[in-house]
Amino acid sequence: MSATLEEILAQALQELATVNDLNQLDKVRVHYLGKKGLFTLQMKELGGLDPEQRRSVGQIINQAKDQFQQQLEACKERLETVALATRLAGERIDVTLPGRGQSVAGLHPVTTTLRRISKIFASVGFKVVDGPEIEDDYHNFEALNIPAHHPARAMHDTFYFDAHTVLRTHTSPVQIRVMESEQPPLKVIAPGRVYRCDSDITHTPMFHQVEGFLVDTDVSFADLKGVVYEFLRAFFEKDIQVRFRPSYFPFTEPSAEVDIECVMCNGEGCRVCSQTGWLEVMGCGMIHPEVFKAVNIDSERYSGFAFGMGVERLAMLRYGINDLRLFFENDLKFLEQFN
Amino acid sequence: MQISVAWLRSYINPAISTEELVEQLTMAGLEIGSVEPAAAQFSGVVVGEVVAMQQHPDADRLRVCQVAVGAAEPLQIVCGASNVRVGLKIPAALCGAVLPGDFKIKKSKLRGEESFGMLCSEKELGLAADAHGLMELADDAPVGVDIRDYLSLDDVIIEVDLTPNRADCLCVEGLAREVAVLNKMDWSTTQVNNAPISHQDVLTVSVADTAACPRYLGRLINGVNAKAVTPLWMQERLRRSGLRSLGPLVDVTNYVLIELGQPLHVFDAQKLSGGITVRRAKADESLTLLNNQVIQLDTEALVIADDQQALALAGIMGGSNTAVNDETQSVFLECAFFAPEAIAGKARRFGLHTDSSHRFERGVDATLQTRAIERATQLIIDIAGGSVGPITEVTTDATLPQRPAVFLRRLRIEKTLGIVLADEQILDIFQRLGMTAQTQADGWHIVPPGFRFDIVIEADLIEEIARVYGYNNLPSSSLLMRSELSRATEAVLDIDRVKDLLVDRGYQEAITYSFVDEEIQKAIAPEMEVIRLKNPISSELAVMRTTLWCGLLKAALYNTNRQQNRVRLFETGLRFFKKDGETQQQKMLAGLVLGGAYSEQWGLQARKVDFFDIKADLQALFVLTGCEVQFLSAQQSALHPGQAAEILSSDGDSIGWLGMLHPTLEKQLGFDTPFFSSKWIRI
Repeated sequence: MSATLEEILAQALQELATVNDLNQLDKVRVHYLGKKGLFTLQMKELGGLDPEQRRSVGQIINQAKDQFQQQLEACKERLETVALATRLAGERIDVTLPGRGQSVAGLHPVTTTLRRISKIFASVGFKVVDGPEIEDDYHNFEALNIPAHHPARAMHDTFYFDAHTVLRTHTSPVQIRVMESEQPPLKVIAPGRVYRCDSDITHTPMFHQVEGFLVDTDVSFADLKGVVYEFLRAFFEKDIQVRFRPSYFPFTEPSAEVDIECVMCNGEGCRVCSQTGWLEVMGCGMIHPEVFKAVNIDSERYSGFAFGMGVERLAMLRYGINDLRLFFENDLKFLEQFN
Repeated sequence: MQISVAWLRSYINPAISTEELVEQLTMAGLEIGSVEPAAAQFSGVVVGEVVAMQQHPDADRLRVCQVAVGAAEPLQIVCGASNVRVGLKIPAALCGAVLPGDFKIKKSKLRGEESFGMLCSEKELGLAADAHGLMELADDAPVGVDIRDYLSLDDVIIEVDLTPNRADCLCVEGLAREVAVLNKMDWSTTQVNNAPISHQDVLTVSVADTAACPRYLGRLINGVNAKAVTPLWMQERLRRSGLRSLGPLVDVTNYVLIELGQPLHVFDAQKLSGGITVRRAKADESLTLLNNQVIQLDTEALVIADDQQALALAGIMGGSNTAVNDETQSVFLECAFFAPEAIAGKARRFGLHTDSSHRFERGVDATLQTRAIERATQLIIDIAGGSVGPITEVTTDATLPQRPAVFLRRLRIEKTLGIVLADEQILDIFQRLGMTAQTQADGWHIVPPGFRFDIVIEADLIEEIARVYGYNNLPSSSLLMRSELSRATEAVLDIDRVKDLLVDRGYQEAITYSFVDEEIQKAIAPEMEVIRLKNPISSELAVMRTTLWCGLLKAALYNTNRQQNRVRLFETGLRFFKKDGETQQQKMLAGLVLGGAYSEQWGLQARKVDFFDIKADLQALFVLTGCEVQFLSAQQSALHPGQAAEILSSDGDSIGWLGMLHPTLEKQLGFDTPFFSSKWIRI
């Protein structure tokens, strides 16, 4: 090999050794193998030689070229590997960081309780009905067998607008409205806001109830008991103890109040159940004949039962909320606990 | 109603514990609200007698007493009470006794004289809030007997929370009857003997309103000693029913009220002029009641009057002019039946609620008056002496409550309760309840007794059977109900889906009161006519909301005042307004957003929420409905004019609004960051 070719090769190899990136590598390639590359020029000089010399010198130049190219390839591979590793490391993220964007919030615990109750009853064919909140006293009291001056009226501290217009004190008026416009068989639940002029640690002026009623031929107290037992077990998702106690409502006869075994202490006795081991959760009974009379349904042919429950009460027992007023302050720190 | 269990057990005493009794009554529909001991815990106190007494050598106010306590020798006890005297029987606490408040009695020296115990007042035994001097026991109190036994202090007071239909249990006799029924024990009311007549003085009685007062009984008892001391047993029974001793005459009327359920009244006869009339008041009459309240009567009020004036609000409360006091020498004892309709609502009208009005409103047994007046007469002469005159009675049979028989069909029992009961069982229940039953082919004619105003229809009788049989003993069935398959209407969007979408997009659901502060309401919607409550619970909750924004703003403020700088709320509910004079109740959905567009997070640059963020949420919502909507610039008094849009349906109907709260309102309501509100109607 001629001295210059040796020098070129040595220099080329040395340059390759100091190359750091692919750009630089490419420049080196061009410098030696490009149109005006040093090896290329060497090849061009072959033209001035005789055929015998041309072949042997050509072979030598090609050998040098090959050696260079091999190194070039090796270098390229090395540089590509490094580049990949750098990229991989550089693009590393902390996957434990939170996702970007809007977080899901939540429904109010009264709504979730109402949804559960509706779902349970819908599964046996009860339909959900609404009613007005500003009611006339006919639908709120008289049609439900609560005449004026009845002691039971005194128990409902009523908000009123004028002598005959009130804020409904219970969801029972919806019973009347449905029965006025539809014929039996009827299977309805009516959830909604109710109002009582009462405000202290266990009462708020507004709260929620769910009314339910079923009217058909041959409906008995046994049917009422069955539905109530099954509902309470479904709602609390366990076979809790349930008991019925005779009580009084003007719009049902026989009337009952329903207690469940205290969910806080499992019936042992605690502050929540005032040491009795029982918690009152619902009122119910067979629809009173006077109520059927008011809506022109023949109480000889049809019978029915009705029940009512306080939604906040059930939510408090279900979720362990201990202060009724929390439901209406709408403190985000409270509400978010149910998300 | 508060009642001593010992008193109840003196009428009927089933072999069950108090705990079992309470459970039994509760499960029969007479809910027992509370069970308290009749007396505070204490021990070591016996009946003592002062056998000798000397002035204390070193203390003017003290006496050194020798007290017999049933031991071999009397004990020396030093006492400072003003009423201590030889022969007096009092409670004596011995050494080692522990009085209420964990007060231990030890041997002590009072000004140099030894004292081996303490003589007690009612207050020290926890029997009264305060006392004047030692508790004086009856002359025949047995010395040495434990005072707890002597006074039956190991008694329990129960609070019976009666429903309005069970007025018959507003007395010991009524409760005793119930207990007898529930325990299948034989029981009947105690006989009352007629008091012997020893003078012929009477007052004429005339009843102007016989419908309101179908029966009135009265008699004069002369020569009574109003200063006589009511016997301890009566005082204690009254105390355990929550009543203070007010002198023998009033105490007897209260006692018979609790015992038999009959309210009575005593007038000081010397303060009456002429005869007694039961009438409606005149329009301009007034009356000073026993509690010194002066009431202006009206023509609807029923009064007891003499020739000159109204004396008492009939069935509710007596007047102070004719009230008995220590100087009373003769009384006119009144015992009447007033119709519930005549009394219902009247007491409340004057802001009153008395034991008497409570009972008359619910129905007093109209056959009870003669028995009750004789019982009260006997008690009065036993305690206060006196001579008894004949009873004047004015009864109008036509207006007495008619107790028609109710027919109970055998098949109806099975149909309603789902169980078949033997005829004997049914008859037994009714007989024990005091109802006469006449058997027919397919059922029974049952005559409700005078003390059961609540037995009117067949269903009432069925409830009695169920109640006595035991609600928890009745069967329960799994309802084989006919069901309609739901239509799963596609065209109607479920509100639940709408709520879920908002929740997914970061809105927290709130529930706020439907009544709001009028100030806030006016500030937000000045042009809306508000519907006002006549009796709001507070001035801040006095008008019905015409927009859900009122409650949401209040909720937002509550949160921003507690360092929440990002609030995203929505609410559904009714709004209330008047349109053409008619009240409208319209379902609305509304929302409110303030603070950062996103919660503070590493992946996003913090920026305040803007109009278009919320518009995106609403647009997503409207996509669900399948309706095309338009957002057009429009003016709304509550919104910033430059950032307010009205949302219109494709028909051009206004569905709602979206906009930034007007800066003026922002300041007025106390916010310090701008924010957005939106409201729209359910479609």
